[in-house]
Amino acid sequence: MLDIKDLHAAIGGNEILRGLSLAVGAGEVHAIMGPNGSGKSTLAQVIAGHEDYEVTSGSVQYEGRDLLELAPEERAREGIFLGFQYPVEIPGVNNAYLLKAAVNAKRQHEGKDEIDAFEFLKLAREKMAALGMDPKFLNRGVNEGFSGGEKKRNEILQMAMLEPKLAVLDETDSGLDIDALKAVAEGVNALRSPERAIVLVTHYQRLLDYIEPDRVHVLSEGRIVRSGDKSLALELEEKGYEWVREAANA
Amino acid sequence: MATEPENLEQLVNRRYKHGFVTDIASEGLPPGLDEDVVRAISAIKQEPEFLLEWRLRAYRLWREMAEPDWAHVHYPKIDYDAISYYSAPKSDKDRPKSLDEVDPKLLETYDKLGIPLHERAKLAGVAVDAVFDSVSVATTFKKKLADAGVIFCSFSEAVREHPELVRKYLGSVVPQRDNFFAALNSAVFSDGSFVYIPKGVRCPMELSTYFRINAANTGQFERTLIVADEGSHVSYLEGCTAPMRDENQLHAAVVELVALKDAEIKYSTVQNWYPGDEEGRGGIYNFVTKRGDCRGANSKISWTQVETGSAITWKYPSCILRGDNSVGEFYSVAVANNYQQADTGTKMIHIGRNTRSTIVSKGISAGKAQNAYRGLVRVMPQAEGARNHTQCDSLLIGKECGAHTFPYMEIRNPTAKVEHEATTSKISADQLFYCRQRGIAEEDAVNMIVNGFCKEVFNELPMEFAVEAQALLNVSLEGAVG
Repeated sequence: MLDIKDLHAAIGGNEILRGLSLAVGAGEVHAIMGPNGSGKSTLAQVIAGHEDYEVTSGSVQYEGRDLLELAPEERAREGIFLGFQYPVEIPGVNNAYLLKAAVNAKRQHEGKDEIDAFEFLKLAREKMAALGMDPKFLNRGVNEGFSGGEKKRNEILQMAMLEPKLAVLDETDSGLDIDALKAVAEGVNALRSPERAIVLVTHYQRLLDYIEPDRVHVLSEGRIVRSGDKSLALELEEKGYEWVREAANA
Repeated sequence: MATEPENLEQLVNRRYKHGFVTDIASEGLPPGLDEDVVRAISAIKQEPEFLLEWRLRAYRLWREMAEPDWAHVHYPKIDYDAISYYSAPKSDKDRPKSLDEVDPKLLETYDKLGIPLHERAKLAGVAVDAVFDSVSVATTFKKKLADAGVIFCSFSEAVREHPELVRKYLGSVVPQRDNFFAALNSAVFSDGSFVYIPKGVRCPMELSTYFRINAANTGQFERTLIVADEGSHVSYLEGCTAPMRDENQLHAAVVELVALKDAEIKYSTVQNWYPGDEEGRGGIYNFVTKRGDCRGANSKISWTQVETGSAITWKYPSCILRGDNSVGEFYSVAVANNYQQADTGTKMIHIGRNTRSTIVSKGISAGKAQNAYRGLVRVMPQAEGARNHTQCDSLLIGKECGAHTFPYMEIRNPTAKVEHEATTSKISADQLFYCRQRGIAEEDAVNMIVNGFCKEVFNELPMEFAVEAQALLNVSLEGAVG
């Protein structure tokens, strides 16, 4: 589904990704781990198409197409979802309104009619109940005054409504208490399916106790230096990132 | 030079050789302003003597006044002698014969605004007779109003048909000497609207300049007077969302509202004058004086405005809260894009006891535009228990625009409660990327954020107007990002 080859990307002239290669197939869950500054978030932003990041060389294929040619909104409509590490607040814009606009943008792209208002509300309430979210959140400004945990749940709600083919979750676990972490993990697990790929970007092993990955990759200095199954995450937890760095330089 | 009013011919021959009347009727007055021009305007309009005297007094006051320079706007000095103060109504010959002759860009905008086909022709200035019969609509409309005793007509007609009302109320809210532009308007005003709602009458429909026959071409010095007698109620809509072009660069209108005991006036404006091109060339200078007088106890005046047009806007719709328990409201959205400059706000003057006022101002700046809010809340010593709440928000789009807030407060009664809240926010690149990552195109995302920002004000507009205003805002900010 996603095929990244020798990707180099820079922001403000600083090269962050330095020859990253990664292949993710449909139905798979991959975890990307690594110390701060290793390029995890950059990878997520580049997949989503953030224009501050300049791809200097390499390629990204998504379902056999050149992903780098598409604008961010086109990528989204084609089924790519980014769960943001720091979801932005948009005061005055109703949460339900944004959600509906997003759902309809995708439906329009797929040649479907706009979602019926009742159907939309019913669906949103259902998903919110599953995530332990108060339906009142629908009528608040987008992320306006939400706590860290509420913001992350809101990201998962959007993901659940949009049913992406490829979901990239950027440190969705950071700053969550255990209840929120469980709720978020359940939300993600509910979306696991043979057609869908999920990339979890995380700093800690903790999330992987709840979402079991098929593959774990360790990122260091803009490159994947190790890949393995979930036992790699445990080994990493035990030995620390210093171990990876040494291994990479060895 | 207090001359006796003369008959038109004598007056005219003093300056112009012959054939003057026919000439101006078809061609308008040559540029320049002096007492003779004022007399000529009054004569052409066959006005009663009191009005001529009133105009002349205004002219003499204006001559002694200086153009104000305190507003946060910059423009080349206006040459008042280069302006023609009376232009003849456009004959159908000069107008486009059909929509095919109209600027396609204008038609495209109508499309985006969702203006119905049959209205486009009228808006674009196509000779109306050639387009559709508006008479029947207007006749039904007029009859309904007449049955209720409501007077709604052009200012000239009011001068002819109801001189006693005009005489009683004209200048009673905005006196001739009020300010430079109001004095100029008082001297040379061309036409405008007049509304009188009798005692206890609730006007059966929203009054809109749009439906008033001959509303087009009221010229650059428009004068509006609305009187709501005791216990009456009226909602008045001014302007329309369609872009208005005019050869006259300077516009100086005056609007006066009078609300007597227990009366209520709701005045909504959508202003979309030509703002000039993307480089800031051309565009209307809009210097307007709008003021409402809550003259009676328990009266209420509410201003709602959506300002998107004009190169320069200088406008402070105000309320004088004279009657006890009277209420003044000001809800405003002012958009400035490209090189537009807006200096707008309100004045709430609390005189009566327990008077209340609310100010909600939303300023949006984009491109290289400058947007200023200027507001005054004055509580007089006798205004026991006065209350004011001001909410003043600015939204910036891009890096080269500016927002400025100048709130003035003069509180001379210790029982007053005055609150002021202000915020400035930016549409950030992060917000836009977030929306785009959810599949929403950048322009739609901007519209969504802007409309969310303006919601409080749009809620105050009559339903249909609100929908149009929202569309208008989207068109006005097109291309503001990226």
